[in-house]
Amino acid sequence: MIDISIIILSTLRRSTPLIFASLGAVYSERSGVVNIGLEGIMLVGAFVSVIASNAFGLLPGILLAVVAGMAVAALHGMATITFKANQIVSGVAINLFGMGITAFIPEALMGMTDIRALNSAPLLAGLTPLVYVAIALIPVSHFLLFHTVLGLRLRSVGENPASADSLGINVSTMRYLGVVLSGALAALGGAYLALEQGGGFTKNMVAGRGFIALAAMIFGNWTPFGALGASLLFGFSDSIQTVIQTMGYTIPSQAIQALPYILTIIVLVVAVKRVRMPEADGKPYLR
Amino acid sequence: MTVNDNGITSTSINGNAIEFQSICKRFGSTLANDKVSFAVKAGEVHAIVGENGAGKTTLMRILYGLHKPDSGTIYVRGKEARIESPKDAIALGIGMVQQHFALIKRFTVAENIILGQEGSKFYISREKGNKLIAELSRSFDLSVDPEARIEELSVGEQQRVELLKVLYRKADIIILDEPTAVLTPQEIESLYATIERMKASGKTIIFITHKLKEVFRVADTITVMRGGRSIATMSVAEVTPQELSELIIGKELRVRGEQRVEPKNTEALVVENLVVLGERGNEVLKGLNLVLKENELLGIAGVEGNGQTELVEALCGLRRAVNGRIMLFGHELTGTPPWLLRSKGIAHIPEDRLSSGMIDEFTVYENLILGYQTEFSRAGLLQKNEIMNETAKLMDEYDIRPRDLEVKMKNLSGGNQQKVVIARELRKNPKVLIANQPTRGLDVGAALFVHNKLLEAKSKGSVLLISSDLDEIMELSDRIAVIYEGRIVGEFDKKDKVEDIGSAMLGGKGEYA
Ligand SMILES: Nc1ncnc2c1ncn2[C@@H]1O[C@H](COP(=O)(O)OP(=O)(O)OP(=O)(O)O)[C@@H](O)[C@H]1O
Ligand SMILES: [Mg+2]
Repeated sequence: MIDISIIILSTLRRSTPLIFASLGAVYSERSGVVNIGLEGIMLVGAFVSVIASNAFGLLPGILLAVVAGMAVAALHGMATITFKANQIVSGVAINLFGMGITAFIPEALMGMTDIRALNSAPLLAGLTPLVYVAIALIPVSHFLLFHTVLGLRLRSVGENPASADSLGINVSTMRYLGVVLSGALAALGGAYLALEQGGGFTKNMVAGRGFIALAAMIFGNWTPFGALGASLLFGFSDSIQTVIQTMGYTIPSQAIQALPYILTIIVLVVAVKRVRMPEADGKPYLR
Repeated sequence: MTVNDNGITSTSINGNAIEFQSICKRFGSTLANDKVSFAVKAGEVHAIVGENGAGKTTLMRILYGLHKPDSGTIYVRGKEARIESPKDAIALGIGMVQQHFALIKRFTVAENIILGQEGSKFYISREKGNKLIAELSRSFDLSVDPEARIEELSVGEQQRVELLKVLYRKADIIILDEPTAVLTPQEIESLYATIERMKASGKTIIFITHKLKEVFRVADTITVMRGGRSIATMSVAEVTPQELSELIIGKELRVRGEQRVEPKNTEALVVENLVVLGERGNEVLKGLNLVLKENELLGIAGVEGNGQTELVEALCGLRRAVNGRIMLFGHELTGTPPWLLRSKGIAHIPEDRLSSGMIDEFTVYENLILGYQTEFSRAGLLQKNEIMNETAKLMDEYDIRPRDLEVKMKNLSGGNQQKVVIARELRKNPKVLIANQPTRGLDVGAALFVHNKLLEAKSKGSVLLISSDLDEIMELSDRIAVIYEGRIVGEFDKKDKVEDIGSAMLGGKGEYA
């Protein structure tokens, strides 16, 4: 018999990076910018959090990771908002950049592929603090997006930037805000993976979670609570796979490990009909 | 002198609300505004008229801060104004309802109205916004439900939201760019009433239209633009409709081709007992019957929303008939896909060119061959020379301006986009032309030209004309069928009284405006 509480805790842990990143994606896409660079930004966040926390301590490490994530996202913003580049192309470039630089620096400059984290986070009721932060951010974001001036303006530029523009709203400012917030949140997701789950940084440790987070955002219909639900679903399927492995069935482990990714595809197919993306999502705005 | 809540002072009746001085604006090789100079007096309704592409919209977008002029000065209430963005314009008390509405479909009416001036720094109170909007709609008699989503509203209601947006910002100089082009006659009447009311409360209104009737109905002063220049400003009392139309097109208006072919007795298109469902699954056409004869122009008159859109879509294969038949020269067409219908000689001028008549990122020549690509290709390759020759011919014939084959569709003025769609649909001499609001947004000259083209199409095939402009229907049709709640409820000919047709349009009840 498997202890239910173990599955719940494990689900929460595995969901946390997805919650951060998919919430980030909600902000970015609600403002009209597709950010498929989340994967790369998560990697940067993970890497910086380990290096910086080893040097300056846990909290400064996480903060610096967030700053780094925001900086990389701002690059994406500059390419797509200021220079109107194709958002997918820029996102791919961000991913390649994130993967490249986090592989290059450790190997070429430090001569190692794995970096251990020296500080570890305290546990509160079996979970590390960032798990609580991730969950707390959901209602906060819901309130921010749907009940405040800032949220209304941010969503307006994602739906119809020409309309927002004609009412005196600065489309670029709002979009930068959405993108930079997505960078901060994705980096937090990366930092959580490295510091509180992985105990350090290893090459390509994000392993597609940035993309799964995008799927969670879509399945969650571009809303914070939806993203939370979808992230929990993915987190659950991820923790179930460990359980199945320990139960000793003779299913090839590769097949079990593929479970979350297969679920992603199924979920997306199911979701297309009942979700609705922001009208101007992915479209650069030219007056 | 009055001061409104924004602290904006508006000068007495005799002062100028706006003065344009030598405004120039160039887009690539097109000089859209060429030293435009004229003044709009405070408190008047000032009509701007002019051919398609004359530069009216461009000038208004400059005034509202959406375009930067290359040179020239704008004075607002006598003071030189620097308008870099809509924000500046709003601060100066200028509001604009654009030719194509700028509403956020998924937002509620209230959200659309308050956006940008939410009335607080952080938290948005729904109740507070709703109350403000309710007050505003009451004082200008513009009823809308603040909680409704824009996508649920009719075009007329959407325009009311646009007006409320402007009024909410306490604008006292209000620009309306072709506000009546998409409205039903009733809605136009209520817009006139709103304009009167706004004028009575001391606002200045700039009103762009192609319908001269409207100019004489609501305007105090008229400015005519042609080829990017403002060529005359005069008071309505000084000019007759005939003189005005000549000023607009720069030459005498050609008369309508009067030699009309008489309809034959052969039935070209027959619709029997057609039942079609609407978006919500309700029956929109409830057993509609219709016969269109060869060489006939049949006008469908009716208040918008009585099934016209669905009828057209069903005839073009874009909407499934759940019951009934559609026959073309005795052959059943029900259920035929659109591409096959086209090759059988059915052409369609859609009512909304932007969403179903064109691809705005494509060039003019690409739009002109849309759907007919195979005709211009050999072994799967487009024959650019042939396409260009045909495009040049059509652009000359239909007077599409600027005469640049490679200009992107989205950079054409509204009226010129419409001409491209019409040219494409008429090029093949269709057996049956379904023309839905074909002159929407066209200037007097172009509208007349299209009317003549419709008559020509009728002499070579037959035409089904759907229009909310009863004058247009009366002038062109051999026969008029009135549609009401998904059925044809009456048939008339030209000799019948407009009042009778109008009454049938309302289901036999009440007066037609
Ligand atoms: N963004 C743009 N890029 C390039 N050309 C443009 C652009 N906007 C307008 N033009 C051109 O400028 C000219 C004036 O256009 P404008 O839309 O002001 O005409 P208009 O008087 O409003 O015509 P209509 O009655 O058809 O609406 C046209 O030739 C048009 O093709
Ligand atoms: Mg225009």
